[in-house]
Amino acid sequence: MITFTLNQQAQAVDAEADMPLLWALRDILQMTGTKYGCGKGLCGACTVHLDGTPIRSCLTPLSMVAGKSITTIEGLSKDGSHPVQEAWKDIDVPQCGYCQPGQMMSAAALLAYNAMPNDEDIDNAMSGNICRCGTYPRIKEAIKRAAKAGQEETA
Amino acid sequence: MSKQSLQGIHQLNRRQFLQASGVAAGSGLLLGAPLTQAAPKAVPMDLISGAKTSNDDFLRLNLFVELALDGTVRIVCHRSEMGQGIRTGLPQVLADEMGADWNKVQVVQGQANTEYGSQNTDGSRSVRNFYLPMRKMGAAAREMLRQAAAKKWGVNVESISVDRHQLSDGKQTASFAEMASLAAQEALPKLDSLKLKSKKEFNYIGKPISGVDVPDFIQGKATFGVDVQLPDMVHASIERSPVLGGKLLSLDAKDALAVSGVLAVEKIQGKPLPAAFNAVEGVAVIATNTWAAQQGRKKLKLQWDLGANKTHSSKTYDQTLANSHQQNEGSLNVFQQGDVNAAFAKADHVVEASYHVPYLAHASMEPPAASAIYQDGRCEVWACTQTPQSAQRQIAASLGIKLEQVTVHVTYLGGGFGRKSKPDFVAEAALLAKQLGKPVKVTWSREDDIRHDYLHAVCDTQLKTAVDKNGAITAWQGSTAFPSIGATFGPADSMAAWELDQGFHDFPFEVPNVELKRRKVNAHMRIGWLRSVINIPMAFANGSVMGEMAAAAKMDAKDFWLKSLGSDRNIKPRVDSYSNYGNKIGEYPYETARAKAVIERVCKHAHWDAPREKGIGLGLAYHYSFLAHVAVVAKVAWDGSTPKLLALYSVIDAGQVVNPDRVKSQMEGAMIFGTSIAMYSEITTLDGQVEQGNFDGYRLTRMNESPDIHIDIVEADDAPRGVGEPGVPPVAPAIVNAIANAGGPRIRRLPVAKTLGV
Repeated sequence: MITFTLNQQAQAVDAEADMPLLWALRDILQMTGTKYGCGKGLCGACTVHLDGTPIRSCLTPLSMVAGKSITTIEGLSKDGSHPVQEAWKDIDVPQCGYCQPGQMMSAAALLAYNAMPNDEDIDNAMSGNICRCGTYPRIKEAIKRAAKAGQEETA
Repeated sequence: MSKQSLQGIHQLNRRQFLQASGVAAGSGLLLGAPLTQAAPKAVPMDLISGAKTSNDDFLRLNLFVELALDGTVRIVCHRSEMGQGIRTGLPQVLADEMGADWNKVQVVQGQANTEYGSQNTDGSRSVRNFYLPMRKMGAAAREMLRQAAAKKWGVNVESISVDRHQLSDGKQTASFAEMASLAAQEALPKLDSLKLKSKKEFNYIGKPISGVDVPDFIQGKATFGVDVQLPDMVHASIERSPVLGGKLLSLDAKDALAVSGVLAVEKIQGKPLPAAFNAVEGVAVIATNTWAAQQGRKKLKLQWDLGANKTHSSKTYDQTLANSHQQNEGSLNVFQQGDVNAAFAKADHVVEASYHVPYLAHASMEPPAASAIYQDGRCEVWACTQTPQSAQRQIAASLGIKLEQVTVHVTYLGGGFGRKSKPDFVAEAALLAKQLGKPVKVTWSREDDIRHDYLHAVCDTQLKTAVDKNGAITAWQGSTAFPSIGATFGPADSMAAWELDQGFHDFPFEVPNVELKRRKVNAHMRIGWLRSVINIPMAFANGSVMGEMAAAAKMDAKDFWLKSLGSDRNIKPRVDSYSNYGNKIGEYPYETARAKAVIERVCKHAHWDAPREKGIGLGLAYHYSFLAHVAVVAKVAWDGSTPKLLALYSVIDAGQVVNPDRVKSQMEGAMIFGTSIAMYSEITTLDGQVEQGNFDGYRLTRMNESPDIHIDIVEADDAPRGVGEPGVPPVAPAIVNAIANAGGPRIRRLPVAKTLGV
């Protein structure tokens, strides 16, 4: 039994210690917001936060998560009101929507670390997240909008 | 949907409707409901024998519209949502014509059902072919409401207006809710006599309405094919024959079965070629979760008879394609006019080159996935399918049951691009559900997806063209070689005629001497359609040779394109069998004036005529596909060794657009999809097997490689044309033309990464 904090609640999972967090979330806890895309940390679809840092859950064994705090897309906000989610909605970022939980988790982690990222910062933080539909221009715009909204809030 | 079947639509009683369309609430667990509500993950077993019709609040007005007593309007989307926004677009059309208030509209997903007409969501045709039917469905519902109000108020129906859920005769008003019960008793009006709104009366058509599914997408609540959870479900990971047509010789499952969580190992029996939509021969490892199934799979000990395709390798096959241009035996003489050789002899400039596009994989971010239950001779599946009716037919055939014993629910598709219109993966789930007697989910790994795709055909096209001293094209000789999609459904050397209708012979230039041939080659892989299909290699060849001809003639490329397009006229097909993307050419003429207009406009946006800095190049390409005109200008910086793609400008004329913001996002996506094809993506084979397996070997454009993108949409009033695909083909030729214009080499073989460090 491996225990950790999931979206601010205590969570225990009965699974092999080498099972990647991704599959524990999806198949055991039935939290399917976190997506499988490549299984090798190449596409970012499975991005979640471990103690606030973006990680690829497809490569992260449960043993590494024990005692840590995990946030998934389901826990980014209660009602879709995180500034990143609001910006994603305002700009109509998603096309098929599949990679977007991973994109938003990467974006939220970026903004938590860097409140006003420039284009290069955004490229650096987001280039590990592939979108086959090609929503990059809108993702970039949405991150800037979320950053601006965040600044106005703190001003 | 044909007009005929639309006219044949009749009002069913509520229970029949539920059975036919799957548009039920009740338990809230039929697929229609999870898509609009907060995505419950479980699906009860009793659904296998039909819906429980506990919700009587909704009254059916016609095949696509239900009205609730509280005024809520439910609209069926019978096409698959894969990012193109169809669950917003078509309901937007219907709601507008109905006079509904968009805020009171719910969208529900239609199951596989032939009553809807075609549900095959490909070919950029959902709006094109269902714009008018959806307007009629909306207008029919509106007329029933008007009739009901007229009777109730004792006034002439003509006096009743409808707008945003309100009926009025100038004196009295009523809401849709108040009139719902009466309207449901009205007869369905004759669809051909319905009066449709004029453009100035539109509330929603042509407006940038936000996607109905965005709130679920941003919270991770949307249920994709890979997300379906069924009670007592087991998970499958399948090792398939490494080579097309291979057969399993021996199977040792002992070590696999010893892996924790593994429950069973099941053989999936393949079928003889052609591959069609059949499940590929393979061995499924069944486990309590996907990870365990994948781990168990690594422990399988399998021996294969790989069959005749095991020698297929890209290196030799590329040579076979190149050599085929000299081999007339078995060739298809597509078109011949005048005397090309005489024209070459007299020409001021002759350009001769081969243009090569490799195999491509779809690589949707969601790999193929399907879940199935089999019980008492019935099968129910949930899948990210672009074509639920084909899936239904394939399952019935695979399991030997009747069509009506198969229910297909359509989930969200995490990208499709044509891959998910091949339901082989759905058949796998159905077969395993029957073999196991348990609900099962099949999830493809990324490696499965890349290695067992229905690949976009590798294509080699040789063009030889002549230009006279006035800059007029006097000869066009084309020879093309590529394995046919027809081979997936027939003999390996098939040549599906429609493939050549995608740019090989329908180039829009008046050339007096033309000779076009297709060479006979065998297919060794499953070949399928990928976003824009054969337009990709044809636009690459045509657009590149246009750039090369302009350069040879020392003409500005824009001037050369405009001159070559010639006088304003409608392009006549060069072949009698021209498919015109399934639509009548009289209704969708190919007008050179519109081609020239998008070119002029895109060049203006890209400041084509402004002086260019050294090392900065612009490249232009235009292509007509899926009945839409698209021009692209690429801007590239060249530093002497490496090109950097700075920007893509694009203009589309797709006739009347329903949702301009979605058209814009589709075009943005097409620019990036096209950039992947131009710069990065390539599938190669060795020993009959795909050499790439994941995003390290099969590169897609990432954000830091994504250029600035500028999209403009021509406002047009005529019938809607394609949108999802036509943006892709002109991107690659625009980029290679820009590289050459910037001072870099002429790239004739894609991707650019094959030649230059990008």
